[in-house]
Amino acid sequence: MEPMVSVKNVSMRFNLASEKVDNLKEYLIKFTKGSLKFEEFWALKDVSIEIMPGDVYGLVGLNGSGKSTLLKTIAGVLKPTKGTVTVNGSIAPLIELGAGFDMDLTARENIYLNGAVLGFSKKFMDEHFQDIVDFSELHDFLDVPLKNYSSGMVARIAFAIATATKPDILIADEILSVGDYRFQEKCENRMKELMSGGTTVILVSHSIEQVRRMCNKVTWLEKGNVIMTGPTEEVCRAYSTKY
Amino acid sequence: MKNRFATFWRYRFLLSNLIGRDIKVKYRRSKLGILWSVLNPLLMMLVMTAVFSKFFRFDIPNYPVYLLSGQLLFTFFNESSTAAMGSVLFSAPLIKKVYVPKYIFPLEKSCFSFLNLFFSMIALMFVMLITRTSFHLSLFAGVIPMFLLFMFCTGVGLFLAAAAIFFRDVMHFWTVIVTALSYATPIFYPESIWQGTFMVYLGRLNPLYWYVTSFRGCVIDGVFPSVVSIGVCTFFAVAALVVGASVFWKTQDNFILYI
Repeated sequence: MEPMVSVKNVSMRFNLASEKVDNLKEYLIKFTKGSLKFEEFWALKDVSIEIMPGDVYGLVGLNGSGKSTLLKTIAGVLKPTKGTVTVNGSIAPLIELGAGFDMDLTARENIYLNGAVLGFSKKFMDEHFQDIVDFSELHDFLDVPLKNYSSGMVARIAFAIATATKPDILIADEILSVGDYRFQEKCENRMKELMSGGTTVILVSHSIEQVRRMCNKVTWLEKGNVIMTGPTEEVCRAYSTKY
Repeated sequence: MKNRFATFWRYRFLLSNLIGRDIKVKYRRSKLGILWSVLNPLLMMLVMTAVFSKFFRFDIPNYPVYLLSGQLLFTFFNESSTAAMGSVLFSAPLIKKVYVPKYIFPLEKSCFSFLNLFFSMIALMFVMLITRTSFHLSLFAGVIPMFLLFMFCTGVGLFLAAAAIFFRDVMHFWTVIVTALSYATPIFYPESIWQGTFMVYLGRLNPLYWYVTSFRGCVIDGVFPSVVSIGVCTFFAVAALVVGASVFWKTQDNFILYI
């Protein structure tokens, strides 16, 4: 079977300028002096993972271990410095919800805007508009500017839009930590529903409990290196004993 | 190439949505709303006509139409390039999280300003009616320099958007350039005052000069744009697009590291 996502020997370098040079004068001065130095920082070092169709793939690791960077290279936001990322299917990113919202617009307008950001067509959004509203349970507030919403309410809409489609791959970065308990449960159910429909899920979570509950395969990252990849129980046990 | 076009086609709904957002946000809570696109140039024209017909006298027949036709085009250039310059930076939160073709943002700004320009044309028609300017068939040909200017502005916008990410200075510097260009373009003065100065030569290097004069020819003089003027306008438009797009293209993978 062909993997859904295949990450091969990916390394990601960031140039941490010791002082951020973003104006021309400084740049020219430093350039002529030949002192335009950057501190290199490798957020990912030679990472390879393969995600098969139908997998619920967990990524665990401490803050700064490279989980989010890896997700961003898979989502196409970052281009890896070395190595390749191949994705065979449509991706619905759930990385930090609400990225495509404009707080001055109403919820109704934002639903369309956010759908457009994710690359959906107008027809698709028309068809799914009602589902999205139903799922987010915000019928009464549709024509209220988003800035008057609570963050939990924004998160609801965002989740509803991203999962309105049946994507081939769902990328979820700490998303289930928003909203009240009941809504979290609802989100988890929706994700389970998608999974049983064959959607591949990539999940980042600090809650090892959640990873245990949902994933079938896990990769443990530390400082940009893969420490361990394998079945959930095995990796989680090793991870828990270390921390 | 085919692939790129398919991506653009897929994101056209995003383009139209962003334009819609800009319109809504720009005219939010204003009673007259989009009518301001017409009213604003009209009032500006009134102020400038009052100033220039009293204090600085230029011998220009039908001054209001002369002024307004030049000013509308220049305002479009100013608005679209300035908005495009900050567009990618402004969309940083989005670009950091979701994959979106980045050129959508500067492109959207020039489309939005272009749309505004068309609305503002109502003001020009209105002034032409009031001043009893004769309407010529060549008026329709005015869309040719307008469209070429749109291409030019898009190219400039792409370049500025990319440049502003690496050097924020560009944003400060650009206002100076725009001011310089506005004086180097015969907007409120006649071209004849250049005579005997270096501007006779230098003025022709200013792309805006060509778009404005070609447009005015269509609107006021009733002449269709000459082959030379269309040629020069096209040259500047294509050159700006090629330079802007290739700079944008080559640098866009690094945007995310600087925004």
